[in-house]
Amino acid sequence: MALLLVRRDLSLAWRQRGQVLLSIAFFLLSASLFPFAIGPDPLLLGRLAPGILWVAALFAMVLSLERVFQPDYEDGSLEQLALSGLPLFLLVLAKALVNWLTGGLPVALASPLVALTFSLPAALYPVLLASLLLGSLCLSLMGCIGAALTLGARRAALLVPLLVLPLSVPVLILGVMAVQAEAVNLTARPYLLSMGALCLLLVPLTAFAAPAALRQALD
Amino acid sequence: MHVLANPGKFLRIFGPLLPWLSLIALALIAVGLYAGLFLAPPDYQQGETVRIMYVHVPAAWMALFVYATVAAASAAGLIWHHSLAFVIAQAAVPIGATFTFLALVTGSFWGKPMWGAWWVWDGRLTSVLLLFFLYLGLMALPEAFDKRERGQRMTAILSVIGVVLLPIVKFSVDWWATLHQPASVLRFDGPTIHESQIWPLFVMAGGFAFYCFAVLLVRVKQQILETRLRRLQLASADA
Repeated sequence: MALLLVRRDLSLAWRQRGQVLLSIAFFLLSASLFPFAIGPDPLLLGRLAPGILWVAALFAMVLSLERVFQPDYEDGSLEQLALSGLPLFLLVLAKALVNWLTGGLPVALASPLVALTFSLPAALYPVLLASLLLGSLCLSLMGCIGAALTLGARRAALLVPLLVLPLSVPVLILGVMAVQAEAVNLTARPYLLSMGALCLLLVPLTAFAAPAALRQALD
Repeated sequence: MHVLANPGKFLRIFGPLLPWLSLIALALIAVGLYAGLFLAPPDYQQGETVRIMYVHVPAAWMALFVYATVAAASAAGLIWHHSLAFVIAQAAVPIGATFTFLALVTGSFWGKPMWGAWWVWDGRLTSVLLLFFLYLGLMALPEAFDKRERGQRMTAILSVIGVVLLPIVKFSVDWWATLHQPASVLRFDGPTIHESQIWPLFVMAGGFAFYCFAVLLVRVKQQILETRLRRLQLASADA
């Protein structure tokens, strides 16, 4: 049942490919503003690249959170799903997975392209990709809580970042530190492992908190 | 506790306490400030600037204490459907935000002479800043819903989730030891600051706590009366 939901949402996302492309475009655009702002010095850009890439990716992913429950909430299918007997936590986890596949994954995959223009050493691409993949999964999970909490709220598009961005700071720190550790020939392992642990920790937290908020919204 | 779920009873029991709470708060803050500014000795390294501590530290304690109160009241509201719990939680949020802001500002006044900077991205400072943003989120969220009840419940869920931030703030000085000094009062092997400094600190903390109770009472009372007024207006509009 949950898998069917994932398939349905993925095919919906495929029909509206523009949405996914839009968040990639936003990511590329916001990252490319930095060379204009701080100057084109390759050495400086290379040093700042992990942080800039991470922040730009974070913004792109947070923007995609509004779509997690909102369309289904508006056309009433969320209520149908809640009544269908599918446990709400499975619904939430399925939505988080779809959000990651359509939001975090494409942005993470596009990141080496931006890294190239920032003259980040090519040896760092794998760790950048790994940190963004893990980090975006964390963000999709905690983002689902934020999206569920603001369901039915006015100005939800502004509220979600206000709620989710402060919570995302640990992920951001770990993600950037993983890349920077590798850049000075240390191992990124502890940071990536911590992100994995955080991700696992967020699964039960999201499965507990987001359904509680959804129940309020569907009341 | 369930007796207090009746707003009328709550006001009858706690209403008369308000002048006393305010008086105790005023007295404690006055004594604490006098002791902190005049009686307590200057620090042998920091000199007179150490006196900022008597506002900074109690404010930071209150920032955490009020958050714990908000989260506890929210949890009580979610679990037992205690009708006043959400009102209390919502009334406490701006108080907590104010104390957090006070802690950040006084900390910055203290940081300038001691560290040479208004702000550094130290673990404690950053985590308290996040706490401040969380408070702002808790203030913005209930406003965004048309249904009052729903906004209250959503905010309650958020404040319960936000509890994870409290241990991070408390232990940030141990996990990322950069500039902010580690805990010197609430630690397992006893305080590491001198008695002459610790008693004004506790007096100030007590004063802030009573101030918080007094303001909380005023705000809750106002909420209850507003609800009552709205109900009366609706009733008279119907008739």
